[in-house]
Amino acid sequence: MSIDIDTARRVAKLARIRVEEADLPALAGELSGILTFMEQLNEVDVTGVEPMTSVTPMRLKRRKDEVTDGNIQSQILKNAPDAREGFFAVPKVVE
Amino acid sequence: MLDISYEAPRPKIIAGATGDWELVIGMEIHAQVASNAKLFSGASTQVGAEPNSNVAFVDAAMPGMLPVINEFCVEQAVRSGLGLKAQINLRSAFDRKNYFYPDLPQGYQISQLYHPIVGEGEVLVEMGPGVARHVRIERIHLEQDAGKSIHDMDPNMSFVDFNRTGVALMEIVSRPDIRGPEEAAAYVAKLRQILRYLGTCDGNMQNGNLRADVNVSVCRPGDYERYQATQDFSHLGTRCEIKNMNSLRFIQAAIEYEARRQIAILEDGGKVDQETRLYDPDKGETRSMRSKEEAHDYRYFPCPDLLPLEIEQAWVDEIAASMPELPDAKKARFMADFGLTDYDANVLTAELDNAAFFEAVAQGRDGKQAANWIINELFGRLNKEGKSVTESPLSPAQIGGVLDLIASGEITTKMAKDLFEILWTEGGNPAEVAAARGMKQVTDTGAIERALDELIAANPDQVEKAKVNAKLAGWFTGQVLKATGGKANPAVVNQMVAQKLGL
Repeated sequence: MSIDIDTARRVAKLARIRVEEADLPALAGELSGILTFMEQLNEVDVTGVEPMTSVTPMRLKRRKDEVTDGNIQSQILKNAPDAREGFFAVPKVVE
Repeated sequence: MLDISYEAPRPKIIAGATGDWELVIGMEIHAQVASNAKLFSGASTQVGAEPNSNVAFVDAAMPGMLPVINEFCVEQAVRSGLGLKAQINLRSAFDRKNYFYPDLPQGYQISQLYHPIVGEGEVLVEMGPGVARHVRIERIHLEQDAGKSIHDMDPNMSFVDFNRTGVALMEIVSRPDIRGPEEAAAYVAKLRQILRYLGTCDGNMQNGNLRADVNVSVCRPGDYERYQATQDFSHLGTRCEIKNMNSLRFIQAAIEYEARRQIAILEDGGKVDQETRLYDPDKGETRSMRSKEEAHDYRYFPCPDLLPLEIEQAWVDEIAASMPELPDAKKARFMADFGLTDYDANVLTAELDNAAFFEAVAQGRDGKQAANWIINELFGRLNKEGKSVTESPLSPAQIGGVLDLIASGEITTKMAKDLFEILWTEGGNPAEVAAARGMKQVTDTGAIERALDELIAANPDQVEKAKVNAKLAGWFTGQVLKATGGKANPAVVNQMVAQKLGL
């Protein structure tokens, strides 16, 4: 599969990664390279094989419905570039 | 169980300039699971807490934190599925829905796109006695709620609170089987009723604990039947999705507006764009959410942090064995066992508390009379004071006591209403209060007869009038009741008046 420049630009935008226009051709080339490498896996016939989700037979870990966490407002807000009155403050988002 | 066949309601028709149009509506209901802790963290779901205090590092998406599923939330999804007579999938899985928004710290929502926990089910939506729409449920999946942004605290900033982030939601997806605004509201109300019976969601729409995304399209008469016959969506019009509505009234108004907007476009020779819209209740219109356009590429993929969710049939059976009686069954039983009308049965089964109160009163008594007293006297009085049935000053035993006094002929209906009023304000045992207040129906026909004889003797002109116009005999009944201080049984007096006057 080959990634063209438009697709590379779109993927960068969806991932909120700023990529300069001049860097896009190289990026598209690298992404295409990675995908082409991965495509070798398509040579294996996996019809009827269930996707493997774990290497050891494990059951999804569950929790009881008990409040065991929270009340750490100052720690939650600690890394925020801006926080006011207990809220994260972000540039205005209006619908 | 109930074996009533219902007639399907007629679809709503909107007359356009170029002919009739019909509506086709499908809904996605987001119902918050009534749990103590969040879906994947141990933070509380309580509303009204300090901002960002019900937040664990998992909810804030701190690096390295891993989600661990709340088993109770899984159980509630299964219970809800069983309540909608739906297929329960013993193996389901979680996926990431990727988009960026300030209220979504992870940058993705954990949801279940490919393998939902609940498959196809059905909801019966009654639109009147004997008329109901069968709305097919496509699926229910578990997912995380997002946080909340506040835009009016600062002119340049939005403030974000993650208390709601990660709270468990059940998204209940219907097929496009709803055919008008009233049906849409009735569908939401019915779903809410079922979830409240099950206890899986509190149904509080004002707090946003139950909210609806509504997909609306319009088509020509006959198109919908072609879709139903083939399940081929190409027979239907292009749909628009109206997001996030938490009022039955707004849902109806938004659908009505949206259908007319689409019809106007089509009749002008235009094309409806598939898009997401918001309803503005102040203006009474829907408008496009342009900001979401770019976000429609969600790049779903299986969530690598979570193994597939595998549950055992034995556990599902256990949940099924603990299911309460659901609204349809309860209503049918009330009608069959207590002889209630369709209307009364609807009122009394609307809320579980109403039904329990009624049953406590009706047990061993005349069900129809119990229903009348509860609906007319008790609910009327409760409404007036803005109270719910759980806050009723009168217990089922007290109302039952009043009904027993009427049934045994000890008090008249009129006295019973006075007694009700006294019990409401002062409390007490009905029989004792009635005795203490001298509320006792005069059953002694001799006393009634004496009073009537005196009246007849003293009012010959009234006797003549009554003989000409039998309706005027009521005057004598009224006077006898007055003379006996309201303690005589009106039916007995009426009969005696008619007899004495030879009517």
